[in-house]
Amino acid sequence: MTAIDTNDWRIALVGTPNSGKTALFNALTGSRQKVANYAGVTVERKSGFLQTISGHRVNLIDLPGTYSLRGRSPDEEIARDVILGKFASEAPPDFLLCVADATNLRVALRLVIELKRVHRPMLLVLNMIDIARRRGVDIDLDKLSAELGVPVVTSTAVRRAGIEDLLRRIDDIAGKPAAAIAASEWTAPAASDLRAAQREADRVIRAAVSEPAKPDTWTTRVDAVLLHPVWGMIALLALLFVMFQAVFAWAQPVMDLITAGFDALGAWTATVLPEGLLQSFVQNGVISGVGSVIVFLPQILVLFLFILLLEDFGYMARAAFLMDRIMGGAGLHGRAFIPLLSSFACAIPGIMATRVIDNKRDRLTTIMVAPLMTCSARIPVYTLIIAAFVPDKPVLGFLGLQGLVMFGLYAVGIFSALAVSFVANHFFWRESATPPFMLELPDYKLPQLRSVLMNLYQRAMAFLKRAGTTIFSMMVLIWFLASFPRPPVGATEPAIDFSLAAIIGHWIEPLLAPIGFNWQISVALIPGMAAREVAVASLGTVYAIEGGKEAVEQVGHALADKWSLATALAFLAWYVFAPQCASTLAVIKRETGGWRWMWITFFYMLSMAYIAALITYHAALALGLG
Amino acid sequence: MVHLNPMPTLTTTMTDIANSAPDESVRAPRAVPLGLARHGFQGRVDAIVVDGDRLGVSAAEIERRLLELGIVEGAAVHILHEGPIGRDPIAVRVNGTTIALRRREAMAILVV
Ligand SMILES: Nc1nc2c(ncn2[C@@H]2O[C@H](COP(=O)(O)OP(=O)(O)O)[C@@H](O)[C@H]2O)c(=O)[nH]1
Ligand SMILES: [Mg+2]
Repeated sequence: MTAIDTNDWRIALVGTPNSGKTALFNALTGSRQKVANYAGVTVERKSGFLQTISGHRVNLIDLPGTYSLRGRSPDEEIARDVILGKFASEAPPDFLLCVADATNLRVALRLVIELKRVHRPMLLVLNMIDIARRRGVDIDLDKLSAELGVPVVTSTAVRRAGIEDLLRRIDDIAGKPAAAIAASEWTAPAASDLRAAQREADRVIRAAVSEPAKPDTWTTRVDAVLLHPVWGMIALLALLFVMFQAVFAWAQPVMDLITAGFDALGAWTATVLPEGLLQSFVQNGVISGVGSVIVFLPQILVLFLFILLLEDFGYMARAAFLMDRIMGGAGLHGRAFIPLLSSFACAIPGIMATRVIDNKRDRLTTIMVAPLMTCSARIPVYTLIIAAFVPDKPVLGFLGLQGLVMFGLYAVGIFSALAVSFVANHFFWRESATPPFMLELPDYKLPQLRSVLMNLYQRAMAFLKRAGTTIFSMMVLIWFLASFPRPPVGATEPAIDFSLAAIIGHWIEPLLAPIGFNWQISVALIPGMAAREVAVASLGTVYAIEGGKEAVEQVGHALADKWSLATALAFLAWYVFAPQCASTLAVIKRETGGWRWMWITFFYMLSMAYIAALITYHAALALGLG
Repeated sequence: MVHLNPMPTLTTTMTDIANSAPDESVRAPRAVPLGLARHGFQGRVDAIVVDGDRLGVSAAEIERRLLELGIVEGAAVHILHEGPIGRDPIAVRVNGTTIALRRREAMAILVV
């Protein structure tokens, strides 16, 4: 990041959601911000730098999409505050780069007409011109520019087409000696202003644009199936199901490879390192601990691949459409669906994405239930236990039992999120009605291979970085606890029984014994508060040290030997609910502006985890699975 | 292609106020709420009349939100899809863009 220089031209990207502002930001600044085909991807302001052709430096600001400057929800407020210069330490931008989707000009031009009242130099970019041309939309740029009173250029942001022309125009406009810029005359438009602006926009479109007779037939045909009342729901379920099957099936070969790699590495360290503390640290702490988490990288990437493809294709808004009544029945805001779906990847972007929700209570409810959605950090926990305890056999001939159990765990997460929001709405907020829901369904687009791969790469790096920092440091801690103090000379019990880990574990165990957790689980849960996967790594280390030299086996095998099925099921139930992610809690605190909602979320999730594990454990015991 | 539910609840609309002629037959085709129209309905927006506040969102605000999505008087509308439960929400094509909204909000959009 370069520091901002007062000589820089400050240019803000503004436009309706999903018009390609972020794609253009990336093309202009070489950044890699997230682009996807639904409204509400960008919920923060992002700053980047670029050079115009004349060599002037520009500070470009990417903003959340907005339909007007009224600031109806927290993300729209950010756009408004930047454009109107309401941020305390900031002047308004020197220049507005308005981005419009060339295939969807009506709403975009109405916004441009509203923005003219801000009295900043403006340039209108008709983005997605490739799609418009393909569909036969004919736009007379000179006429459009004359009618609107704003210069107009075209671009295809995802292919970096039109960028040079755009840079030249920025030079032309921003380079002019600043004629005294009038102060903003913008005031929140009333209904009559909006009607007048839309009429004006429609007039401009009639004068400058000739649309083809038929709309995008591709989208219409795909939607005939995907939004069909029956087929659409079947498709949604099938999609989720294939996704979970794929997480198991596709990732397995690569996981086997990684496991083999770590096994080889373990064997190799045994030959080069002298027996002793160092060897134990590398084998038990690093390889059995951190390695047991890294093995899950392929599964996490398969999940992300699915989510990214769906996002880029334009399916997210459709899923929100199909689920709206079910969500509304639980008192969730119609726009809550996309944040909750994003939480499948990770609750943190999911919680940030709730900024698109205008109603404060609805936003709080969504934030509170977002961590219940099964995030990718639970995958290591779930698959470890499933692989160790659930046989890999087909059900009904074609479904895998393991995938089915995984699907069930996801379903439990979803249903409990709905149940919690139902309770919150009916008993705490005492509201039964649901607020308005209006959402644009964007046309489908073929996913951009480059952007999908880029995103996957970023995910993989973020995961490895976590493994190298958070998880590694927790492993150092747990290895230390499990190794010291050393057993007295001549002791016959396993060395770990004398360690701090055992002491702490035994100390907590009475609290967790009713839910079937042994001391090893109890102690693994402590570093596990930092992040969910850490518990897997901790168990890996504890069992590796406990097993001694001959047990350089995978943690899954150790668990299958040492846990009862009832304990394993209780552990799964615990992980559906447990608030074991420090970063999520920190984001809740930040997004809600205080400790209160963070603690409420923490305690309700903890109580649910305990109760769910308690019920599961005793039900399993009653069924004779002890 | 116009399928409509019976709409006994529909009372006073903008057109009713404008045309106070008592004789039904001399009126322009009567405006009906989009919220009652079925899959396949095609028509034009005649007026936007929000009948009340909704959960901290005022009627005026709902009107503005509809307008901001391009749903203004004269816009062509076409119901493309209905949701799986209770035919709600609906996906409406408005002059070239598709918008999902609940039938309750669509009650404010009077169409002919
Ligand atoms: N074909 C095409 N797709 C584009 C173009 N610009 C953006 N997109 C796609 O449009 C969608 C929205 O882009 P994004 O930058 O996230 O929009 P934002 O919400 O305005 O920031 C993404 O799926 C992009 O891949 C373009 O010029 N041509
Ligand atoms: Mg964006």
